[in-house]
Amino acid sequence: MVQQRHFDEELAELKTKLARMAGLAEDQIDKALAALVTRDAALACEVIERDHKVNAMDVEIDESCIELLALHQPAAHDLRLVTTAMKLSTELERISDLAESICERAIELNEEPQLKPYIDIPRMGSLARVMVKESIDAFVKEDAMLARKVIMDDDFVDDLMEQLFRELLSFMVENPHTISRAIRLSFIAKSLERVADHATNIAELVVYLVEGKIIRHTSPTVQS
Amino acid sequence: MLDQQYEVLSRVPPQTPVSSATKVKGMESSVSKVSSQPSTQGNPKLRVQGFNFFYGPVQSLFKIDLDIPEHQVTAFIGPSGCGKSTLLRCMNRLNDLIEGARYEGNILLDDVDIFNPLIDITDLRKRVGMVFQKSNPFPKSIHENVAYGPRLQGLKNRGVLDEIVERSLRGAGLWEEVKDRLHKSALGLSGGQQQRLCIARALAVKPDVLLMDEPCSALDPIATGVIEELLFSLKKELTVVIVTHNMQQAARVSDQTAFMYLGQLVEFGRTKQLFTNPSKKQTEDYITGRFG
Repeated sequence: MVQQRHFDEELAELKTKLARMAGLAEDQIDKALAALVTRDAALACEVIERDHKVNAMDVEIDESCIELLALHQPAAHDLRLVTTAMKLSTELERISDLAESICERAIELNEEPQLKPYIDIPRMGSLARVMVKESIDAFVKEDAMLARKVIMDDDFVDDLMEQLFRELLSFMVENPHTISRAIRLSFIAKSLERVADHATNIAELVVYLVEGKIIRHTSPTVQS
Repeated sequence: MLDQQYEVLSRVPPQTPVSSATKVKGMESSVSKVSSQPSTQGNPKLRVQGFNFFYGPVQSLFKIDLDIPEHQVTAFIGPSGCGKSTLLRCMNRLNDLIEGARYEGNILLDDVDIFNPLIDITDLRKRVGMVFQKSNPFPKSIHENVAYGPRLQGLKNRGVLDEIVERSLRGAGLWEEVKDRLHKSALGLSGGQQQRLCIARALAVKPDVLLMDEPCSALDPIATGVIEELLFSLKKELTVVIVTHNMQQAARVSDQTAFMYLGQLVEFGRTKQLFTNPSKKQTEDYITGRFG
């Protein structure tokens, strides 16, 4: 007979905290992209200001995990959940840091005319944003299949990043006056590519959580 | 002496039928070498094969198969009554003393069947020592407790006995605490010290295997910690099998863990694997405290 444990409630609470933090990190990315596209400096400042909230949640989740490890000495799936949560909160905190960095570049870009219509950057942002959402969904539902899909999607973002970089390079070659803006835009693209990488890391953590298999730093054949 | 016996045993044809009070009708003890591959890492010291055990009409172990690797600590975990102590006690035939107890299958020590009637049971228990839940020192001096086994074997030389006593007490991590009162009563020692004295007493006859049945359940955390540390040094010299209710203890000290439930071996594997990613749901439920 399976018993209900008080520990289950604490684990559920941990998952809830992570989902809340993930929601906040996703929102940071959304708002950072909106601030860039609409050239809204006030919104960019708001995102920068809000980063400390995500940082505080990272610390709070870390403390909860350390307490759970010390007081309950979890094993098996419980142990994997707590250790995954610790790493996952760090990934989310970095995603929010990247949103902050995008906003800083957006504010700098606002000081000059827009270099080009933003098409690929919002596309990259939207893909990366979906990857973050799906990786968190995979964590909440403990869905290794969805996690593996997220890992595969990372290639699309990498390809877009490469394409955008070539385009920005051609701007810079043609007209040196565009260099500062083109470099800032390529920083933003790099940040979005890193967001997708963090989503991939989260997805890899989910596979570990569900299957007990560490798949990071392995070839795609081992990952599947 | 045991070597001579093994020489005798190796000459016994495997098919020779042997009568035994504990032998199940139709089962033939065999002393032939078994050459199957070990299921765990390391050379198997003890091999349990298709082992069933009955207390009268009640079957308490069902078809147990497992290899205990040499120079490793193997832990048996499971809820009360799951048969882990019964299996442990079969490994040096302590259950022979229980009326109506019978078995089917084999337990091999270095590939020799321990149930073969030609085995001298005293020699078997010398090779497979045991430490119990409650420390049970003799009401004698510390020295006499440790020297008891070698003396029974006929050793009289005082110097050699002193050496054995010191070596065994050092092996059990007790020497520094008792070296100045070796001839005082063992009953004056603390619970943890008494348990280590029992370990020293078992070590004095140089066993190959040490069976420990809940050796720390009556000890405080400090004394428990001392015994657990001891296991790391003991396994260099011998093979340890420990039954414990404390899962964290099993996780801390053992290399292999066997989870038993209702007389069956549910899962057996490397401790690291079993406590991070067990393959059976029953094991997961037990080690995470969901088992009711």
